[in-house]
Amino acid sequence: MGRRSVQPRLWAFVLLGVWTGFLAARTAWGQGGEPRTFAIRGAKVVPVSSAPLENATVVVSRGIITAVGTNITIPPDAWVIDGKGLTVYPGLIDGFTDVGVAAASSTAPSGDAGARQQPGISRGPEDRPATTPWRNAADEVNPADPRVESWRMAGFTTVIAAPKGGMFPGQAAVLDLGGERAGDFVVKSPVAVPVSLQAPGGFRSFPGSVMGGIAYVRQVWLDTNWDIQANAIYEKNLRGVERPKYDRSDAALAAAIGKHAVVLLPGNTSLQIRRALRLTEEWKLNAVLYGAQMGYDVAPEIVARKMPVLVDLKWPEAEKDSDPEATPSLRTLRFRDRAPSSPAALNKAGVKFAFYSGGISAPKDLLPAVKKSIDAGLSPESALRALTLSPAEIFGVADTLGSIENGKIANLVVTDGDLFDKKTRVKLVFVDGRKYEVREVLRPTEPPKGDLTGKWKLSFTTPQGQEEATADLSMQTDGTLTGSVTSDRGTGTLFSGWVSGEKFSFTINIAIEGSSSDVVFTGTFEGTSMKGSIQAMGSTFEFSGTKPTRMAAQAGGAQ
Amino acid sequence: MKLRPSTLCFAAAFLFAAVGVLNANEKPASSASMDAPAPVILIRNATILTVSHGTIDKGDILIKDGKIAAVGGTLKAPANAVVIDATGQFVTPGIIDCHSHIAVDGSVNEGSVSVSSMVNILDVLNSDDVAIYRDLAGGVTTANVLHGSANSIGGQTVVIKLRWGQPAASLPFEGALPGIKFALGENPKRSNFRVNGAPERYPATRMGVEETIRGAFTEARDYKKSWDDYNKRIAAGEKNVIPPRRNLKLDPLVEVLEGKRYVHAHCYREDEILMLLRVAKEFGFRVQTLQHVLEGYKVADEIAAAGTGASTFSDWWAYKVEAYDAIPYNAALMTRRGVLVSINSDDAAEATHLNQEAAKSIRYGGLTHDEALKLVTLNPAIQLGIEKRVGSIDVGKDADLAIYNHDPLSAYAVVQKTLIDGRVYFDREKEQAARPALEKERKDLLEKAKKKQDEEKKAGAKKPEEKKTGEKKPEEKKPEEMPKPPQGEADLGGAR
Repeated sequence: MGRRSVQPRLWAFVLLGVWTGFLAARTAWGQGGEPRTFAIRGAKVVPVSSAPLENATVVVSRGIITAVGTNITIPPDAWVIDGKGLTVYPGLIDGFTDVGVAAASSTAPSGDAGARQQPGISRGPEDRPATTPWRNAADEVNPADPRVESWRMAGFTTVIAAPKGGMFPGQAAVLDLGGERAGDFVVKSPVAVPVSLQAPGGFRSFPGSVMGGIAYVRQVWLDTNWDIQANAIYEKNLRGVERPKYDRSDAALAAAIGKHAVVLLPGNTSLQIRRALRLTEEWKLNAVLYGAQMGYDVAPEIVARKMPVLVDLKWPEAEKDSDPEATPSLRTLRFRDRAPSSPAALNKAGVKFAFYSGGISAPKDLLPAVKKSIDAGLSPESALRALTLSPAEIFGVADTLGSIENGKIANLVVTDGDLFDKKTRVKLVFVDGRKYEVREVLRPTEPPKGDLTGKWKLSFTTPQGQEEATADLSMQTDGTLTGSVTSDRGTGTLFSGWVSGEKFSFTINIAIEGSSSDVVFTGTFEGTSMKGSIQAMGSTFEFSGTKPTRMAAQAGGAQ
Repeated sequence: MKLRPSTLCFAAAFLFAAVGVLNANEKPASSASMDAPAPVILIRNATILTVSHGTIDKGDILIKDGKIAAVGGTLKAPANAVVIDATGQFVTPGIIDCHSHIAVDGSVNEGSVSVSSMVNILDVLNSDDVAIYRDLAGGVTTANVLHGSANSIGGQTVVIKLRWGQPAASLPFEGALPGIKFALGENPKRSNFRVNGAPERYPATRMGVEETIRGAFTEARDYKKSWDDYNKRIAAGEKNVIPPRRNLKLDPLVEVLEGKRYVHAHCYREDEILMLLRVAKEFGFRVQTLQHVLEGYKVADEIAAAGTGASTFSDWWAYKVEAYDAIPYNAALMTRRGVLVSINSDDAAEATHLNQEAAKSIRYGGLTHDEALKLVTLNPAIQLGIEKRVGSIDVGKDADLAIYNHDPLSAYAVVQKTLIDGRVYFDREKEQAARPALEKERKDLLEKAKKKQDEEKKAGAKKPEEKKTGEKKPEEKKPEEMPKPPQGEADLGGAR
C-alpha cells in the first residue's frame, strides 16, 4: 500500500504526518498537500448497495467517487494505492451523537420568563424549560473536538450530530468528520429534531416527572402547530387581526419540520417503545425511534407503524464494580441477555434500523458492540447496512452517502480484513475524498523509573524562534500520563501519554494555523530535568525541560 | 405511594401478614397465570357472594366470552367449558381499589407546580409494575390510578383493569370516565417538607389552596369562553379567525365543568371538605369522590347531600396533624348517614388485603357482611361510574372474580384465583408451580453473564494494551435513564 513508512518506535506514538512546513501557510487540508485524485487498486470492495467485488478499483476525485468496478481505467493524475489484502467499505455512519458539536452553553429555561422567575426554575410549559430547538449542530461544529479524530480512526466518517442537553436540545445535522473549517463538516442541515422525555426539574421546576415531560412535549407540539396555523392566517390578513406572539422555540421547530427534519423520540424498553409509537401517532410526527434495545419484544409493532429505528450500541450490562450481593431481577437479566438480539429481530420483522453510539464513549468499543448483535443473529451484511446505507436513508442523505457508488461523496474505510473481525485494523479513512491514515498506538515495555508528575517548564526553538511551554503532567503507577500543555499557542490536553523506563511520550492536539494538529513530545527524563524532541506537522525539533520544585525553592531543598 | 416514616412500621406489619408475600417479582413469560382465555368457564360448587343479591351456597357461575352468563344453583356445563372446581371456596366480585398509585412509570407526582392538570397518568401506565401482579394475588381486579397529592389540582387519572402481561395500552378500563386528582390541606401547602433549592411554592395555607382551585377554574371558564366564541364565529362563516391556543392545563378543567371528568379529591379535615363542596357548587361541578376523608363522619350529611362519594381507610390515622381526628368508625358512620363509601389502599402492600380492611367495618360500626364487602366492590364501582360492568356477580357483568379459600372477610382468607374478563390472571397453584423454573432461569442467566464477563476479562488480560488505549470521557447518560426525583421529596409529596 502507498502509505509513507515511518520507523515505528517501540515505546513511542507514531505519527504518520506529511511534511508541509511547520506553521507554513497551508494550501490543503486533511493531512496536507495531497493529491485530490486517488485510486485504490486491486482491493475487495463492499459497496453495500450491491454485491461485494473482488480485485476491484475505486477512484476518488475531488471528494467524489468517480469510478467503481473491476475493469477501471485509472486516471493519470491519480495517487494509486495498492489495495492488495485490503477491503474498502463505505464510511461508517454514527446515527445519533454529539461528536463534533460544541458543548451546550446553557439549558436554562429560555422562554418569555418574566422578571419574577428564579433562574433555573420553570413554572410551566410557557417557560420552555430545557428547550433550545433553535440551536443547530451545523452552526456549532467544533473541529477541535478530539472525538472527531477518534471516531474517524475507528472508521466513522459521518455522524448525525445534535447539540446535547435538555428536552429539545437543538437540530441535528449530517456531519462529515473531516475538514479545516466548521463549515466543511456539514453535509445536510437540519435532518432531525431530537426530543428527550427526561424531565429535568424534580420537585423544583416543571417538568419534574416522566408524565410531566410528556405533557410538556405535547404542549410544545400543539403550540408549534398553532404557530404555523396562526401565522398563516395573520399573513393573509395583517390588518384587524391580533398579531400572534413570537416564540423562538415554536418558530424554530416549525421551520425545522418545514424542512422535513424527522423527530427523534426515545424508547428503549418495550414500555417506552410502545409509548413512543403511540405518541408519534397522536402528535402526527414523522418520527424515528432511538434506543430500541428491547426491540426483540416489539419488532412487529414497530414495523406495523413503519417507524425507522436507531439502536443504541451501549448494551445493558451489570455495572462495573456492582454489589456482588445484589440480585438483579429476572426481567433485568433477560434484558441484558437479549438486548443484542434486537437488531436481528428488527431486521427480520422488516424494520429499517441503524446503529448509534449512544452511551459508548470509546470508539474502539463501537464495532465490538455491533459484533455482539451479529453473534446474536444479525447477518454481517445487515449489520454493515445499519452502519452505512440505512442511516443515510433514514436521514434523507442516501443520494450522497452510505454506499460506494459513482457520484457519491467519497467517504471510505479501508481495512485489512473483515470489518467485524476482532483482528481487523482500519488502515485508511477517506472523508470527502481526503485521505486520513490511522496512527497506531504503541505501548511501553518497562515500568517507569521515577515520577513525571508535576509542572514542567519546556523550552524549544521553532522556525519562529525561542518558545516556552508549561506541561502539567500527572503520572499513574503504570506509567499512564495525563495532563495538559500550555503555551502562547494555547492549551492542549494530553490524549495519550506514557512513561516507559526513563523514556516518555505524550501527544496533544492543538490548532495550528486554524487546523487541528498533533504535537508529539518524546524524550528521556531524570529527576527534575528532561530532554527530547517535538514532532509537529512533519517537523522535528529539540526541547528541554525542568521541574522547579516549589518545596525545594522555599524550604531550602528539604526533600 | 410510599408511606411516611411514621406509618412505615404499621405498614410493614401488614406487608408480612399479607396474602403469602409474593417473591415472584417477574412477569411470567408463558407460565401459569397467563393462560389463554377460555371462551367458556364454569365455576362449580362455590359459595357465591354476589354482593347485589345475597349469598348463594353451593352455586355455579357460567362465564361466556368474558362475561357472566349465568349464576345460580347447579348449572349445566356446556361441552367446551373449562370447569373450575371451587368446592368449599368463596367467590366474590373482583376487588376494586378506588385509590391506587401502582403501575406508574416514574414519579406519581408532577410536584413542581400547584396546578399540574396537564399531566396524565394514562401517558405513563407501567404494565411491568409487579405491584399489578401482587394486587391480583390479593383479589384486586380494578384500580383507580391516581396522581399524587403534591398539588391543589393534580394530574389526570385513569381507571385500569389489572391485566397483567398485557401492554400498557390494554390496561385502561374501557369506557370508564377519566378523573383528575385534587388535594387539600398539608400536602399541597407543603406543611411537612421543603424542597431544597426551590422557592417556597404558593399556596402555603388552606386559604391559598382554595384560591388556587378557584383561580384555576376561573381561568378554565375564560378559556372555555374563548373557544365557544371562536366556534361561534367560525359557525357564522367568518374567515381568517385565529383560534385560541390549546392549553393542556385547562382542557381537563373544562372537562370537569362539562361533567366529562371526575374529581377525586384528597382531603382530611371537615373544614376543607366543606370548602371544596362550596367551590364545586359555585363553579357548577360535582366532586365525584373525597379521598381519605378521615373527618368525613363529622360532615357526612353535607357529603351525602352533595351526592359525593367517600373513599377512606379502615383504620389509619395520626400520621400527621390533619389525620388526628380519624376514627375507625368513619366508614360505618358515613354509610349510616347515606354516603356512598369505599375503602381504598393508597399503597401497593395495603392493596393486597383490602378484603380484611373492609371486614374491620363490621367490628367498628356494625356494618353487615354484605355492606362491608360492598366497601371494596360495588361501592367503588359506583364511585368510578363502572357499576354496570363490575362490582357484583350478576348476569351480563364482566367476569372479574376473586376465589378465596375462606370467607373473604375472614383473616384466614387467601386468594386462590383471580379472573378478569373471564381470564385467569392469577392462580395460586400455578404460581407456586412456576417458581422453580423462574428461579432456574435466573440462575442460568446469572451464570451465563458471569461466564461472558470472565471471558472478556481473560481476553482483556492477554492484551492489556488494547484495554487502555481508549479515550477517556465521562460516561454519558442514556436519554432513557430518567433521573429519579429526590427520594425524600417524592415520598412526602404523595403520602396520604
